[in-house]
Amino acid sequence: MSAFKVLIVDDEVDFLESLVRRLKRRMVDATGVTSGEAALKYLAAQPADVVVLDVKMPGMNGIDTLREIKKSHPQVEVILLTGHASVESGVEGLTLEAFDYLIKPVKLDELIERIMEAFDRRKVVGEISSAERDAG
Amino acid sequence: MSTNHGRPAAYYRTLTRNLVLFVVVVSLVPLMFSGAVILYEFDRAYQSKVEQHLEVLLNKHRRTIDAFLTDRLADIRVLARSYPVEMLKDPAFLRAKLSLLREEYGGVFVDLGLVNPEGRQVVYAGPFHLTGADYAQAQWFKQAKAGEHFISNVFAGLRGSPHFIVAAKKRLMGRDWLVKATIDFEAFNALVEKLVIGETGFAFILDREGSFQTKPRQEVALASGAWRELLRRPLDGGKVTIIQRTGSRDREMIYAAAPLKNGSWIICAQQERADAFSLLFSAQRMAVTIFVLGGIVVILVSLLLARRLVNRIAEADSQKEAMNEKMIEAGRLASIGELAAGIAHEINNPVAIMVEEAGWIEDLMSEEGPLSEETLSEIQRAVQQIQEQGSRCKQITYKLLSFARKTDPTVKEVSLNSLVEEVISLVGQKSRYAGVRIETELGPGLPRVAASPSELQQVLLNLVNNAVDAIDSEGGVVSVRSNPDNGWVRLTVSDTGIGIAPANLARIFDPFYTTKPVGQGTGLGLSICYGIINKLGGEIKVTSAKGKGSTFVVLLPAISQSEAAPETTDPAARS
Repeated sequence: MSAFKVLIVDDEVDFLESLVRRLKRRMVDATGVTSGEAALKYLAAQPADVVVLDVKMPGMNGIDTLREIKKSHPQVEVILLTGHASVESGVEGLTLEAFDYLIKPVKLDELIERIMEAFDRRKVVGEISSAERDAG
Repeated sequence: MSTNHGRPAAYYRTLTRNLVLFVVVVSLVPLMFSGAVILYEFDRAYQSKVEQHLEVLLNKHRRTIDAFLTDRLADIRVLARSYPVEMLKDPAFLRAKLSLLREEYGGVFVDLGLVNPEGRQVVYAGPFHLTGADYAQAQWFKQAKAGEHFISNVFAGLRGSPHFIVAAKKRLMGRDWLVKATIDFEAFNALVEKLVIGETGFAFILDREGSFQTKPRQEVALASGAWRELLRRPLDGGKVTIIQRTGSRDREMIYAAAPLKNGSWIICAQQERADAFSLLFSAQRMAVTIFVLGGIVVILVSLLLARRLVNRIAEADSQKEAMNEKMIEAGRLASIGELAAGIAHEINNPVAIMVEEAGWIEDLMSEEGPLSEETLSEIQRAVQQIQEQGSRCKQITYKLLSFARKTDPTVKEVSLNSLVEEVISLVGQKSRYAGVRIETELGPGLPRVAASPSELQQVLLNLVNNAVDAIDSEGGVVSVRSNPDNGWVRLTVSDTGIGIAPANLARIFDPFYTTKPVGQGTGLGLSICYGIINKLGGEIKVTSAKGKGSTFVVLLPAISQSEAAPETTDPAARS
């Protein structure tokens, strides 16, 4: 399994299961939850490096969840998944410091690539911040 | 576009009729009124003119006749006073005087005679052999002896032909002789006969006993009502009395009478009214003709104009109808557009799953070596999932197509409940993401309504869509209820959303009024609902409390139970 932890958030259970299954097969340590609330609860309990977040969800939507994640876990990188009709939400997500947005359906390889990039940045940011901590 | 929703032909017929009536009444009534007033005044003026004319005519002739009589009497008096009895006794002298008088006055004087005090005509000059005639017992002789001079009534006398006598006294040694002349009736008659009034009018003279002194041109029924009434009047003071009565043969007549010869004779005249008033009547006829022709023209023109106007109105109505249908169509597309984001996402989800599952199969099949039992069953599961998601896509596109098809205004018997279910399934996805729960409570045995399914669908879609939109990000509940209501079908759509400000409440059914941001609402939805429901003979009402939500109530006339069997929809609540 990979050295980093990925959290997938999507209200569509079938999609979620299928995606998690495939990621695991590619040796990505992925876990799925079905709502924004569950994602926050998960992050509160254990750390994750990258969160893949569906924008359009009943209840707490992706943008709200992103805002909350960035508030409580600023170092976690977030990749947004949007539909064609909600590209605006993806752009809005970028202004809220999401790492990137991808349009569903997304190719698995591309997703994994993005996740790796996000993790790389997470590592750099984490090192800088820990270096600052050491220096401080 | 179909025209079966247009107004019925009877409406336009009534409109045409009212327009024509209005124009005709407004234009003809004043015309009629002024015409009547003018005719009445003209009639009165002409009436007095005719009477004056008659009066002047009668007065003139009365004077002429009086003058004729006094002149003839004067001739005889001059003769009596100028010469002694001895000379008058000479027949040759009398003959000479007679021929002189006849020369002077034409055939007026017929003869001359000298009557002695005993009543015997001693001398006679004239065409008859009346020398020695005895007048002692004659009426005129007795009357003549009573006065200085005398003019008799017309009588036949000894000669047996009508004449009258003019006599003057000649006193000789205390005895009264009479110089007497006979006036030719024809000559006197001519005086009156010349008096012709219009075409039918004529005059004649009566004495106080009612015997004719002249020969009337036509037979006169003195015993008839009008003459009896007129002759019974005092007829004094030299005035002309005029009356108008219905005469013989139902003719309207004018009768006039005036005293003559110091009141012992009466000059009478009669004329047919139609003749006297012929000018008036022809003016009246002309006025009536003009009025009738004018009236016909006014009616024809107003008919023509009203027809044209109503045709224009009908044209405008049908254009409006077509426009309405287009607007409904546009509104429909707009509501589908509003749903598009939700629907795209709804389709995108199964597509994403299918892609993932296909990728999963690919992953499994890329394993080296023969496929294990476990892998095969996993592939089978994935294929089944793909099939399921595929049919889910199909359902979504099918639903969308059922809304996107062209509006058909044909009225059918529609089950409201199944339409509600269709619409809710379409709005379902959108409402789920908006955190809105949709509750339905559809009355069992709801009567059907007569409506165009696509139009009614449109109404429901707009109402439910609006209700979902009214709810903010906090989430809420939209409830849709249907129930029969005494011959009507009541549909209630209420939400727990932001509500409508009282100031806006009056305007929400206005076209192009919207509180949604630019680009998100056309402002047509509710105005289209209002139009459609109105057309169906129904009613739409709204109550709203700011911050608490709104409730729209739609009432539609139900098809009566005898006409159609009630639907049997399962009233199971859905969410």
